[in-house]
Amino acid sequence: MSHTARISLLVLAAALAVSACSKQESPAAADSKATAPAVADTGGSLKGDFGPPQGEPIKAILTSPPQVPPPTNRTAPAKVIVELEVIEKELSIAEGSTYTFWTFGGTVPGSFIRVRQGDTVEFHLNNHPDSKMPHNIDLHGVTGPGGGAASSFTAPGHSSQFTFKALNQGLFVYHCATAPVGMHVANGMYGLILVEPPQGMPPVDKEFYVMQGDFYTVGKFREKGFQAFDMQKAIDENPTYVLFNGAETALTGDNALKANVGENVRLYVGNGGPNLVSSFHLIGEIFDKVWYEGGTRFQENVQTTLVPAGGAIIADFHLEVPGSYVLVDHSIFRAFNKGALGILKVEGPEDKSIYSGKEVDSVYLGDKAASMVAVETAAKSEAAGTLTLAEQIKAGESLFAGTCSVCHQGNGIGLPGVFPPLAKSDYLAARSKQELVGIILNGLTGPLKVNGSDYNSVMPPMSQLNDDEIANILTFTMNSWDNAGGQVTKAEVAAVRAATPRPAGAAH
Amino acid sequence: MRALWSMVLLPMLGSAAQSPAWVQLPGSDSFESVLNYEDSAGKVSVAPFELMALPVTNADFLAFVIAHPQWQRGAAPRVFAEQRYLQHWAGALELGAATLPRQPVTQVSWFAAQAYCEAQGAHLPTWSEWEFSAAADATRADARSDPTWRERILSWYAKPSREALVEVGKSTPDVNGVYDLHGLVWEWVEDYAAMLVSGDNRQQSDPDLLQFCGAGAIATDDRENYAVLMRIAMLSSLEADDTTVNLGFRCARNIERVMP
Repeated sequence: MSHTARISLLVLAAALAVSACSKQESPAAADSKATAPAVADTGGSLKGDFGPPQGEPIKAILTSPPQVPPPTNRTAPAKVIVELEVIEKELSIAEGSTYTFWTFGGTVPGSFIRVRQGDTVEFHLNNHPDSKMPHNIDLHGVTGPGGGAASSFTAPGHSSQFTFKALNQGLFVYHCATAPVGMHVANGMYGLILVEPPQGMPPVDKEFYVMQGDFYTVGKFREKGFQAFDMQKAIDENPTYVLFNGAETALTGDNALKANVGENVRLYVGNGGPNLVSSFHLIGEIFDKVWYEGGTRFQENVQTTLVPAGGAIIADFHLEVPGSYVLVDHSIFRAFNKGALGILKVEGPEDKSIYSGKEVDSVYLGDKAASMVAVETAAKSEAAGTLTLAEQIKAGESLFAGTCSVCHQGNGIGLPGVFPPLAKSDYLAARSKQELVGIILNGLTGPLKVNGSDYNSVMPPMSQLNDDEIANILTFTMNSWDNAGGQVTKAEVAAVRAATPRPAGAAH
Repeated sequence: MRALWSMVLLPMLGSAAQSPAWVQLPGSDSFESVLNYEDSAGKVSVAPFELMALPVTNADFLAFVIAHPQWQRGAAPRVFAEQRYLQHWAGALELGAATLPRQPVTQVSWFAAQAYCEAQGAHLPTWSEWEFSAAADATRADARSDPTWRERILSWYAKPSREALVEVGKSTPDVNGVYDLHGLVWEWVEDYAAMLVSGDNRQQSDPDLLQFCGAGAIATDDRENYAVLMRIAMLSSLEADDTTVNLGFRCARNIERVMP
């Protein structure tokens, strides 16, 4: 025996002695602590066997979407018993439309299963007696041919059992693999199984379960009544619906996911397919972390992440500001025309330093936007009490170009039959200054006659303009395009505004 | 005591159960089966045979177990009929209020069904015989290329078996005069155990040993035939002692055996 080898043996013996002393610690925990900083990989299934199950068998807690079972909080491998029932049932796919889903646990997607790496899972697949079809299950988290499919082929009214050791950590899809597989999957037969790493997932405040799927019905999108499966559309990969959690309304309205400002939220997102890959995106949030493909590594600061058909991801994010955040497949027609849309409703205090809400709503005209120098000059003169008619007209011209010219046109002649002219306008001449201020503040709707032509359109209230601006715009208008002239002061506008009740919901 | 029962019951049954009507089917020299028989390019020869026009009813089967007490619920060995055998009946010799005499009998094992047919001097239809019969619709002997034929099958698949079964013979008979081959119950076939479908649909290139022994290792890639293949998948999921709430049977017999 060489010198080196003897030393190695001594080290090994010491290591054994240490692990023998700390009985509470599972071999896995000890292993990960010893190697975590240095290793580049987890060792995969080769290092996923933490020995035989310890303690009494545990019955797995299964949850319906969008709920996620609590963390296992275990430090040693256990025997976990999973009882999953296959139920064929008619459920709502959209408002007023139903479809016969084939389900794991009565929901689409199926029940969420949560175990820990190294657990021995005793799996019972029960096919409800009312089922027409035999079913089975392929769990992507299973090491072994077919992922359990051949061992779980179950006739209606029967039950199958098989056992596997969860050697690889990660978030895995499970699905039915009975002929025709595509049809069983298209009917909703998929779900997620989370195999926690030995140390568990980092704690968060809220966890949700979302799974995308594509659906193929003979009837059109949102066609009412019972909808039958369309094999040809499925083969053509032309879905009628692309949905989160099996129904257009699964994550909207009262069913929206709910969280609060300040919370850390985790989404377990799977994609059952059968055909489409999801470009999963949460409008208004950036994923702080994404465990892409449901694996061990995370990417940070992600906008949109791909979820393959038959794959999954884990996404973490922190909520800063309240509001409705929208889950979409960013292949965006799917979101707005096929149903791939869900809502995360976040409540809590606003934080204007992070997100202000709408501050300005003005027309943007690109190079048409006039210099605001004249406006500033007029404002200074007004404050100093030296404002001249010329200054007002100049400022009004700039403001008019920014706000009014979109409809009334830069030369004030409007658009025939649509927007009435301000140039040489008999309507303008016949109105008092107060009436004209009122029109700008409150808008004007309905039939009217200007210079002999009839108009019937809508001018929205322009009450976002301040008194200064309205005074200058009106003064400019009255002194342009052969109109009769005149002058409107800031005080006159203020007086009209004060006397005008603001209708609820008026702009600003 | 049992004899007395029979005397009381049989006259009642006589009015409810019609004697099974047999229908002649011509068979075919080269019937195109969905089963991918490698030695004959998917063609099978189906000799002329006779088939029951209706599935076997509860009343028919009650008469059978009265005549053959060894097949009564509780008497039949577990290896031939699992615990749910005829469990929907009120008793071993009593249908009860919830079970109608003219409903197709279900919750019967393959062994029990085969015994019934043997008692009629018949057998369970082979898959080929059943498939040949079921290819027909109301006007054609082979309507399988018509999408409506397939849609009818699929629409039945899409409905779970929660509703009470309709009585036999309520559907439109097919061109041969056979009722209810589709849309009522699954039906046992004699050689169901030889049509092994892998429990995992995706192992087509790697069939396990059992499949080499089976009469037809089938490919499930024919999308026109997937509706029929789902029936084969269903039958493949069963053991011969199994029973389900939507699985019944009817019998077939060879022409030459028929008494003149």
